[in-house]
Amino acid sequence: MTTHITSGSAVLEARGFCKSLGGKRILNDVSLRVNKGEMKVLIGPSGAGKSTFLQCINYLIPPDEGVLFLNGTPVAPSVKRELYALRERVGMIFQDFNLFDHLTVQENVSIALVKVKGMNRGAAALRAMEELERVGLSRRASVYPAQLSGGQKQRVAIARALAMDPEVILLDEPTSALDPELVGEVSAVIRELARGGMTMILATHQMEFARALATEILFMDRGEIIERGAPAELLASGGNTRTRAFFCKLAAEEGAC
Amino acid sequence: MLDADMFWNRIIPALNEGLLLSLSLIAPSSVIGFVGGVLVGTLRVYACSPLRRLADAYVAVFRGIPLLLQLYFLYYALPKWGIRFSAYQAAVLGFILCSTAYQSEHVRGALLSIRQGQIKAACALGFSAVDMILYIVIPQAVRRALPGCGNEVIYLIKYSSLAYVLTFIELTGQAKELTARTFHYIEIYFTAGMYYLAMTTLASWALDRLEKKCRIPGFGVQR
Repeated sequence: MTTHITSGSAVLEARGFCKSLGGKRILNDVSLRVNKGEMKVLIGPSGAGKSTFLQCINYLIPPDEGVLFLNGTPVAPSVKRELYALRERVGMIFQDFNLFDHLTVQENVSIALVKVKGMNRGAAALRAMEELERVGLSRRASVYPAQLSGGQKQRVAIARALAMDPEVILLDEPTSALDPELVGEVSAVIRELARGGMTMILATHQMEFARALATEILFMDRGEIIERGAPAELLASGGNTRTRAFFCKLAAEEGAC
Repeated sequence: MLDADMFWNRIIPALNEGLLLSLSLIAPSSVIGFVGGVLVGTLRVYACSPLRRLADAYVAVFRGIPLLLQLYFLYYALPKWGIRFSAYQAAVLGFILCSTAYQSEHVRGALLSIRQGQIKAACALGFSAVDMILYIVIPQAVRRALPGCGNEVIYLIKYSSLAYVLTFIELTGQAKELTARTFHYIEIYFTAGMYYLAMTTLASWALDRLEKKCRIPGFGVQR
């Protein structure tokens, strides 16, 4: 039996991910490696495969091919226990928040601590309050998701993922479903996480994130990574990269150029 | 003309006795029928293919055959195969089997209405499939299914009168026997009807209270 060990100190490495849906190739040999404290930013047009790739990383969508390594050890997602353990260690934030409608804000954050991590309810509630404090929502702990704004919902979703103490967080366009005036509060929380050294993989259309926080930008199109590099390299003014052209096109659509 | 003494001292006590027997049919049938409905409804949505098909077949049979025929079968036909039930047992079993089939349909619809995103979020947090169904999906689905399931309980109150055909003398049976002895058809059937109306009104009120108690701000509102 061959044991695959990745080199260096990668917290997570996805190697050679392929996925087809309905006969269409969605991901074609996509690989990514993220070290502790890094933030990798996936950029690309809608339908490029960014969301599919993120969901393949924690096997919400099982890839057809590819191997995932966590701290150098390959994950065998066919073993249920390993799959659940992987998901505990790799948090996920969705575009549509996906809070549990029947639970209060605090219960949304604490339920996985009780049911997945096996914490007692009291300790889980305290931990949930700590995370809600971190995202500035401890005063809203007893309300239900329907009573929150979009930005607040996303901050609760971030607190829910953080409470599990993940090694990596996957963020799937966390600000795309928000009204423009609500983007700032979520962006601020993500910036704070990046400053605190959280390892993250973020799919976004926001150039400011990519420019300010990314360790590396990966430009995806039609299921493949077309370009990758440091923000300074890909977004340099006067540069002739797909990434820069993409952002300029987005800015033009928003009337900023 | 029915005199007051006969009404209060003979008819009402006999109908009260019938009422208690009706309640002894309705209470276990509605509770077990609801629990069975949640179980069968869950199997129909989440179970592996053979179990799902089995649950679908069960619902097709018990929704597709008249309840009266099912009761006759349980009480009169099964003894030919050596399976014997008392009239009460046959009636309760028939009501539970029928109620479970109908309740499962309400639950199935409610389960399917839960947003896929929440299921994905639970999986992403490391929930096992069973925990995800138990703690995320079913608590929401039951709330959504409550109005339909409550309606089924109202039906059950009324179709409990079918137990009379199995010789179980519940409320309708008592009314029938009283009329045979006294010929006061209008008064007795009217009074028995009022008993049923009182039961269904009370059940509607209780179910309404339960729905309000389970209500969550914004839950169930179309977004």
